[in-house]
Amino acid sequence: MDTLANLWMGFGVAVTPYTLFLAICGCFLGTIIGALPGLGPSNGVAILIPLAFALKLDAIEALVLLTSVYYGCMYGGRISSILLNIPGDEPAMMTTLDGFPMAKQGRAGDALVISGVASFMGSFLSTIGLVVVAPILASVAYRFGPAEYFALYMLAFATLGGLTSNNQAKSAFAACLGLALSMVGLDNSTSATRFTGGNLHLYDGIDFLVAIVGLFAISEIFIFIESHGRSSALGIKVGKLSVPWGDLKRTFGAMMRGTGLGFIAGILPGAGASLGSFMAYMAEKSISNRKDTFGKGDPRGVAAPEAGNNAAAGGAMIPMLTLGVPGSGTTAVMLALLLTLNITPGPRLFTDQPQVVWGLIASLFIANVVLLVMNVPMVRLFVKILSVPPWFLMPMVTMVSFVGIFSLSGSYFDLLLMIIFGVLGYILRKLDVPTVPVILGILLGNQMEDWLRRGLTISDGDWMFLFSSPIAVVLWILAVGGFVAPLFLRKVLKRPAVPETDLPMDKD
Amino acid sequence: MKSDRIFGLVVVLSALAYFAGAWQIQAGMMMDPLGPRAFPMLIAAAGLICGIGILLRPDAEPEWPGAQAWLGMGIALAVLVAYAYSIVPLGFLVPTAIASAAIGYLIEPKAKQSILMGIGLSAVLYVIFKYGLGLGLLPLPRALMG
Repeated sequence: MDTLANLWMGFGVAVTPYTLFLAICGCFLGTIIGALPGLGPSNGVAILIPLAFALKLDAIEALVLLTSVYYGCMYGGRISSILLNIPGDEPAMMTTLDGFPMAKQGRAGDALVISGVASFMGSFLSTIGLVVVAPILASVAYRFGPAEYFALYMLAFATLGGLTSNNQAKSAFAACLGLALSMVGLDNSTSATRFTGGNLHLYDGIDFLVAIVGLFAISEIFIFIESHGRSSALGIKVGKLSVPWGDLKRTFGAMMRGTGLGFIAGILPGAGASLGSFMAYMAEKSISNRKDTFGKGDPRGVAAPEAGNNAAAGGAMIPMLTLGVPGSGTTAVMLALLLTLNITPGPRLFTDQPQVVWGLIASLFIANVVLLVMNVPMVRLFVKILSVPPWFLMPMVTMVSFVGIFSLSGSYFDLLLMIIFGVLGYILRKLDVPTVPVILGILLGNQMEDWLRRGLTISDGDWMFLFSSPIAVVLWILAVGGFVAPLFLRKVLKRPAVPETDLPMDKD
Repeated sequence: MKSDRIFGLVVVLSALAYFAGAWQIQAGMMMDPLGPRAFPMLIAAAGLICGIGILLRPDAEPEWPGAQAWLGMGIALAVLVAYAYSIVPLGFLVPTAIASAAIGYLIEPKAKQSILMGIGLSAVLYVIFKYGLGLGLLPLPRALMG
């Protein structure tokens, strides 16, 4: 009952005319960002954070706006998967497998409606899951001390590269790079300067927003110039939009299974939405693919991964809110948002600032309802926006990034730093080094060091304190296991060959 | 193969340099047993191991772009750097129009379309940022604004 009372309080905080207006704007923007190839949840939310500050929103309002954008991206990604066979963002990749064949059979409208409803089911149910699970996890995490937190951070870094990267050395390097960069600036406890090269601009350290926008948004410009914006052109028309009740009934089971799997994948550290949709699709295929209809436009192949990726988005909020350790790129960006708002996620957040947590959760429910309305009856509008060509989109992204970062500090130095991160991001992506661990390292590096130093002070310099509690030992074992397991699992869990993104115009 | 060998070597050298940098950190008052040097050194050591790992087990060669794409990306980089330096002294409108047009042109080389897009985007974004978000942007060079 406590939970319901808290939730009620959350709605009280989050429902005002202005926040509802922000939620609608956020959902609209988010769906567009998710749908446009090249802009996904992580870079979309990242470039909007500085602008949310420029608007002088308070913490709740900023959270409502940006969680709406985040959830909106999860809904929007499917639109270009279905219509263009190009996933609008990474988690929407699996939706191309059956969504695009459906569109080619002239059932694009049906596919969009089914996936929209599946998205709603996935994220709505997982938000309920969040309400149930988060307080429990928070009460466990309340007992965490330095040893547990240090081990937890190790777990996050060890698993973040995880199944999605191909080379463990490279994802571990990415984490080291992030940690190394987080050390730049004044040391908190001794005020020694570290790695600043005497540059005054670096005394405050590297602003993680600068790094995020550089790595995620500016690097995209180089990718687009390299590919000459090949991925555009809208070939497929959305026919009549009607609600295919029969299909919805038939895909209900797929949606529920996808939701369950996605939610679990979301909670796991380092897994995130891509793994959620992947697992949901593969499981559904092995259960339901009796007549070999998967990959040829089976509605269940659209419903399962969409429910999975949206459920994972909700699940991924749990470790981020209760432990302060994000499980995916986008939740890392959300963590960056919370930290800039001076909100430190962790178990204390639930007791110290319940209005923030429950306001955020309430805003997730609001965003979901708004998104269902936007994405089913109004989907045509987004289809129109999808035809924005890259030669227009990328300059716009660049300019918004520049102005956003410029508005943070008003110095050209941050802009240069952002460009350097952009170049770095391009090189890392070319070399198949994941960029999310870099962000996580920059975000968590100082705290990780703090926990280590605090623990060593308490234990009087005895390093064995790291393994001094059962929880810490379990976390260490999971960290080692999570780092080693993909080496073996990769052979078993081969990703299915996602068809090369062939342009729709080649097809007709 | 080759790219990863070079990359691994760069990582190893950077880790060593980072270690040396950590060595030189001046610890003022020691408040805790670890001090400000140890954690960066640990990171450098971990990075060194990763670098050796990349060096010894390189991935397949990535698909690097051709000379023309490199040139395009180089120009884009120069444009972005110039834009970062010019936004304060030259105001928002002119540098934004030029930079947008240049990036648009690099993605799809059609001159007229890019120029129109640059001018339009710069004007629209100025209105949004200035009046929608209330950012204090100077539209034109300070000298012209009096």
